Amino acid sequence: MTRIQLVDLCGARCGDKGNISDLSLFADDMDAYEVIRSEVTAERVKEHFGSLVDGGVERFEAPNLLALKFVMQDALGGGGPRSLRSDNLGKTHGAALLRLWIDVPDEVAENSKRRGRRAPVER
Amino acid sequence: MTVRLGGGQGFYGDGIGPVADVLDAGVDYLVCEALAELTLAILQKDRMRDESLGYTRDLPLYLRAALPFVLAGKTKFITNAGGINPVAAGRAVMATLKQAGATGLKVATVVGDDVRSRADELELPGDAMFASVYLGAKPIVEALAQGADVVVTGRVADASLFVAPLAHEFGWSWDDWDRLAAGVVIGHLLECSGQVAGGNYSGPWWENPDPTRIGFPIAECEPDGSAVITKPADAGGMVTFDTVREQLLYEVHDPSRYLNPDVVADFTSLTLSDLGGNRVQVTGTRGRPAPETYKGLVCTPVGWAGETRVAYTWPDAEAKARAALRFVRTRAEAAGVPVEEWYEEYFGVNGYGGPTVDIPEGWQPPEVVGRLAWRTQDPESAARPGREVGVLGLSGPPGISGIGRDRGGKPTQLLAVDPFFVDKALVDAQVRVDVEEV
Repeated sequence: MTRIQLVDLCGARCGDKGNISDLSLFADDMDAYEVIRSEVTAERVKEHFGSLVDGGVERFEAPNLLALKFVMQDALGGGGPRSLRSDNLGKTHGAALLRLWIDVPDEVAENSKRRGRRAPVER
Repeated sequence: MTVRLGGGQGFYGDGIGPVADVLDAGVDYLVCEALAELTLAILQKDRMRDESLGYTRDLPLYLRAALPFVLAGKTKFITNAGGINPVAAGRAVMATLKQAGATGLKVATVVGDDVRSRADELELPGDAMFASVYLGAKPIVEALAQGADVVVTGRVADASLFVAPLAHEFGWSWDDWDRLAAGVVIGHLLECSGQVAGGNYSGPWWENPDPTRIGFPIAECEPDGSAVITKPADAGGMVTFDTVREQLLYEVHDPSRYLNPDVVADFTSLTLSDLGGNRVQVTGTRGRPAPETYKGLVCTPVGWAGETRVAYTWPDAEAKARAALRFVRTRAEAAGVPVEEWYEEYFGVNGYGGPTVDIPEGWQPPEVVGRLAWRTQDPESAARPGREVGVLGLSGPPGISGIGRDRGGKPTQLLAVDPFFVDKALVDAQVRVDVEEV
């Protein structure tokens, strides 16, 4: 097994509805999808977000898109026009999810096309 | 018969340039989706200043871009730019058309999404500032059936703006759940403009071709509900399996039952096929009967906010920023300012991500920006803690810096925007399609 951060395995997109933060997590192949399906549970996501998310976390599966969906309640400090947070729409929550460390079979880590890929910086 | 839909706008303030490429590529309908939950709150503040506002004021920009194509009979224009004041938006459309010397066009305005006057009956808060219901595609289809070239609405559900022209052109019936659901999928993919074409892409976004000229999307739609999502050939960005699936699941909650006023769409039933060349086909969408109720949003005032940001340099930047925010809080509380909620963030440490960030022991960031926000019941109190910020300059921790010109001193009103559900018949009875000609 290899311990990797989700950023090296998955993509993510996040959005909001009221005080709900809505996250999607995308794998690139069925093996990686099965890994995140077993590793990235609603409970782990709830624990990972800690004080950022006051309510429950519910998970849905979209195998046709190799994707998991997380719906996090009471997660935006009251929602867009009410929140005191600078990120009142949860636009950074996808990145926050990608920080999660999980254990994956070695070949899943090796096959990940996202592993170690970072944007070049031109200073 | 293929119907081509263009996504012309994804929010109030979106780009205008990409619309020209979409129009040049040829679309039967240009659909401009202007509203988010937060947008309605912004429009509410506009309307409080001036009763004739409450619609997205960039509407004329989009309309003017589309006008040559509308006048040539090539393209019809549909938008929910009416926000919380569709009547005013309809007037703005008419004024824009007259100013441009346009004649021979029919303009339809859809009204009736506003239920604020029925707050008692619907058991909504007595201090509701707006209460708007997400209407479906039907009134827009009615407008198109009356020959409208331009349709402006208030709070019609985003995807329904796109379902309407498809239902109109293909003659879909209102219980053809699979096709209506397919229309919702197409609409959902187009409603956020550049976000399906490489915008916000969480993969290697830096490989986006020609990113500053990112294209807005086009859907080539078939009567059976299948479609190809693409973009103008000359525009930048990319339309791939990856960019399309990221948009498909955006803000949908349970993907197996995405609620729309006209249908419940199952996004787990469909197949995305990347055809290459910035073309992604979507097929096989299944739908279930529409919800019994409409969803609405009700807005109430919930206080005032103020905030400040202070920057500190290494060494001990985080400790200094924390001490500085504590300084402001303690002095404001000592002065008796009735603050109901404080919120602290430390950018450069974990301002984004909070507890998800692992901070190494003894880590010394080169700089930290501390942000302190607070909520009070009135604007005077909200302005008060900001006065303690200046004191930091000579009496706080060493090494404070400004962060540009933004002093963040002006209080802003906080609004709660909460969902409610309402019986459809009650709303349908007040929905009206007004058609005018220029």
